[in-house]
Amino acid sequence: MRGKYAVVATAAVGTLVFAAGCSSGGSSGGSSSSTTSKNVSTATSASAAGGMSALVAAAKKEGTLNVITLPSDWANYGTIMKDFTAKYGIKINDANPDGSSQDEINAMTQLKGQSRAPDVLDMGTAFAVKADQSGLLAPYKVASWANIPSNSKATDATYYADYGGYVAIGYNSAKVTDPPTSLADLEKPEYKNEVAINGNPTQAGAAFAAVYAAALANGGSFSNIAPGVAYFKKLHSEGNFVPVTASAATMESGQTPIIIWWDYLLASEVGPGVKGLKITIPTDSHYAAYYDQAISKTAPDPAAARLWEEYLYSTTGQNLWLEGKARPIELPTLVSSNTVNQAALKALPPAPSTTLTFPSIAQQNAAETVVSQQWPSVSG
Amino acid sequence: MAAVAQGTQVATAAGDGPQRRRERTRDGFTPWRWLILILAAIYFLLPLYAALKFAGWGSFGSVVHQSGFGDSLWLSVRLAIITTLITLVLMLPTAVYVHLRLPRLRRLMEGITILPIVIPPVVLIVGLLQIMPGSLKGTPYTLGLIYVVLAMPFAYRSFDAGLRAFDLKTLTEASNSLGAGWPATLWRIVLPNLTTAMLSATVLTVALVLGEYTIASLDLFQTFPVWIVVFDQTSGPESVAASLLALFVTWIFLLAITMAGSRQARRSGRGEVNLFSVSRRDPGRSS
Amino acid sequence: MTWLVSAGRGLRRYAGVVPFGVYMVLGLLVPLIAVAIGAFQSPNGGGFTFANVKYATHGIYLHGFAQTIFLAVISSILPGILGLLIAYAIWSARRGSVLRQIAITASAVFANFGGVPLAFLFIATLGSSGLASKWLTDLGFNPYQHGFSLYSLSGVIVVYLYFQIPLMVLVILPALEGLRPAWREAASNMGARTWQYWRHVGGPVLFPSFLGCLLLLFGSALSAYATAEAMTSGTIPLTAIQIGSFLNGNVLAGQQNVGKALGLGLVIIIAVAMTLYTLLQRRAARWLQ
Repeated sequence: MRGKYAVVATAAVGTLVFAAGCSSGGSSGGSSSSTTSKNVSTATSASAAGGMSALVAAAKKEGTLNVITLPSDWANYGTIMKDFTAKYGIKINDANPDGSSQDEINAMTQLKGQSRAPDVLDMGTAFAVKADQSGLLAPYKVASWANIPSNSKATDATYYADYGGYVAIGYNSAKVTDPPTSLADLEKPEYKNEVAINGNPTQAGAAFAAVYAAALANGGSFSNIAPGVAYFKKLHSEGNFVPVTASAATMESGQTPIIIWWDYLLASEVGPGVKGLKITIPTDSHYAAYYDQAISKTAPDPAAARLWEEYLYSTTGQNLWLEGKARPIELPTLVSSNTVNQAALKALPPAPSTTLTFPSIAQQNAAETVVSQQWPSVSG
Repeated sequence: MAAVAQGTQVATAAGDGPQRRRERTRDGFTPWRWLILILAAIYFLLPLYAALKFAGWGSFGSVVHQSGFGDSLWLSVRLAIITTLITLVLMLPTAVYVHLRLPRLRRLMEGITILPIVIPPVVLIVGLLQIMPGSLKGTPYTLGLIYVVLAMPFAYRSFDAGLRAFDLKTLTEASNSLGAGWPATLWRIVLPNLTTAMLSATVLTVALVLGEYTIASLDLFQTFPVWIVVFDQTSGPESVAASLLALFVTWIFLLAITMAGSRQARRSGRGEVNLFSVSRRDPGRSS
Repeated sequence: MTWLVSAGRGLRRYAGVVPFGVYMVLGLLVPLIAVAIGAFQSPNGGGFTFANVKYATHGIYLHGFAQTIFLAVISSILPGILGLLIAYAIWSARRGSVLRQIAITASAVFANFGGVPLAFLFIATLGSSGLASKWLTDLGFNPYQHGFSLYSLSGVIVVYLYFQIPLMVLVILPALEGLRPAWREAASNMGARTWQYWRHVGGPVLFPSFLGCLLLLFGSALSAYATAEAMTSGTIPLTAIQIGSFLNGNVLAGQQNVGKALGLGLVIIIAVAMTLYTLLQRRAARWLQ
């Protein structure tokens, strides 16, 4: 009998404790409502916010920065975040590290007005465009704005490319004795049951890029992605394609010795676990894509958000991305002004060409529709 | 009962035929039973062994030290506790009420309790996120509230089976006629008869919360199952070790609860805990 | 006026289930309605449109519905039968035995196991270089050269069994418990053999519950998403995966309402299945009389 009371009492106390914890945890780090932050939240550049030192002061006052979908081993973000916190004393909350670009847009709309809403975003261009059309982004020009190529930033400065890489072939040299050098190579029978991509092209940006790259290698173009799907269909019927979501785990376990993925992710996510990893950009397809940075219009920490962007586009930030094996957007400027981290630059696979071309938004949208219609028939 | 006893005696007296047939039917399935169970064991245990082989014993040690392991596990445990409490408080009175006062509603209840299992979690969470007020979305305990909806079918079925195992109507009527009010009746008559059902409901709810991935990841919260998948991107063996760990720990935990409940139930003569039902020790007594 | 009073009295009878009812309405009904409304909204506006529904019921998405239903039917009947056999084997074990408790708690745990970890488990076992595949190849039979692939629909079914069978065991056990041993003894006393017992006593009693369990399994297979996605990466058209692409991906932007239309489609399929189930139940009840 007495035991029953004990159980109920414990339960009641427990609920109260959790409720207390719940209320205190959910409302930490509210944004200040001083006039300084009101100015900052609409500032379109550092000078408009009163100069860099004023921006830094305002950001430090806010004290926190909410980022989203940034895995710590993705393009060296772990080090970047740690460095930013060490430099400015601003705590970074990284929500949903494994999330997608759509998750970021969802978070902005669903968490609007709350203290844990994302401040800054790092997403694929298609999503940046959508977010911009929905009026979710705040225009901002970093100090080095002029160094960003004009085809890599929005005209109204709501989003701007940050880093990117090439679609590359990563293989475990311990298991794959004949190194593939092109996408056409992968159709050889010796690679049976070995080739994989990082997910579903209708969902995962890296997988979508792999299909685009395959299209370029097989007579397609930015406006014609169908040959890319056909390539994977052929690869599947030959038995070379393994339709699982490739990752460090699948290569380590020997299930997918060859992965078509972003070169910087192969280096940072698969490299540490697979000692014999070799990365090569396919000779028959040079497809590069850059992600975009953006600031949320309703950011709870507007000064910290802008300071973060200034940091990312400073020489330090750009070099940190380089150390993560990604190609920062201002790389040509870094090289020409000799501020680039030479060792990191040498560690990258050589860039096939210095001029970058990207599909237009319209071409991408059309390609996405084609892929979502045709990909499910890849398995025949 | 007397008739059955008589029947048994008659059969024994009649000689070999029926008795041997009865013995054969009781034990005759033994070889089949073992074959089925062995095949099932192979199917369920072989993949675990393959995963164990891949992960290696060392990963179990190192995974515990990974960043996020402790936080996400603690979050999942807290969610499990909250969900279980709310589920019990919500479903127990409801089940009792339906049994006592609204027996015609039982068909409808069956239909409603199927819904959370058959509705795709992706659809549910999208709809929920649209209608939820902002203040609620800020805390991970929203997940607890959502999980109550998912756990509801299993909890209701546990209580339903538990309530059918004893004569609720007679007992409550007797209690009321002896002058006890409703709170006293619930506390001293109904609850003690439902301890095993409550244990079953708890066990099932905890298993659900510790294994649920889709809704937690779409709601942008890093519970333990979500952390395992995130971690899988970086380190294969350790992520596999984490999921195996989760599996075994949950299993041992549930086993402990079940055995403790069975021991207590056997002591009070109420039969064993069987997750959805209470089986009587004495096969002859009907409920 | 008296009808009002008696109506009020009637309503008060339902007072006890009000908390439950409110919770379910808020937690189930309202989200479903939100999704249903979203399915008919045009993006960036909110104007009523049939475009999403039209898009979601043609071409690859129609194919997706067909494949999903096929997968769900097989993934409910097969584990239904296997789960029944296993549950029977467990049930006929001695009461209170450790075997029973282990099996039942294992079912509870496995029924909730899925997604990427489960996919990896099977890739490590039956993948092209998996443990079991290697063993079979050593024995001279390479499954992958005889047409089997873990990444096909049949492979997905094999993996789905891992959580469908435990779910079946969990929900059919109480029905088995409801079969009184006294009936069995009485039947054998009257000279019935085992199959006759099952045909005339055990089977009919069990059948309604068995149907209910099949419905549960059907719904569970219909809405399973993470496991199939991890194993096939969308190379097989399945509605749940397609919904994920629209609602939660990195590629298709701004087409969430099509995803909601697909979700509405799944809910309609479930509603149809539940109606069929109710009809079958009524007919079975008539047989039992």
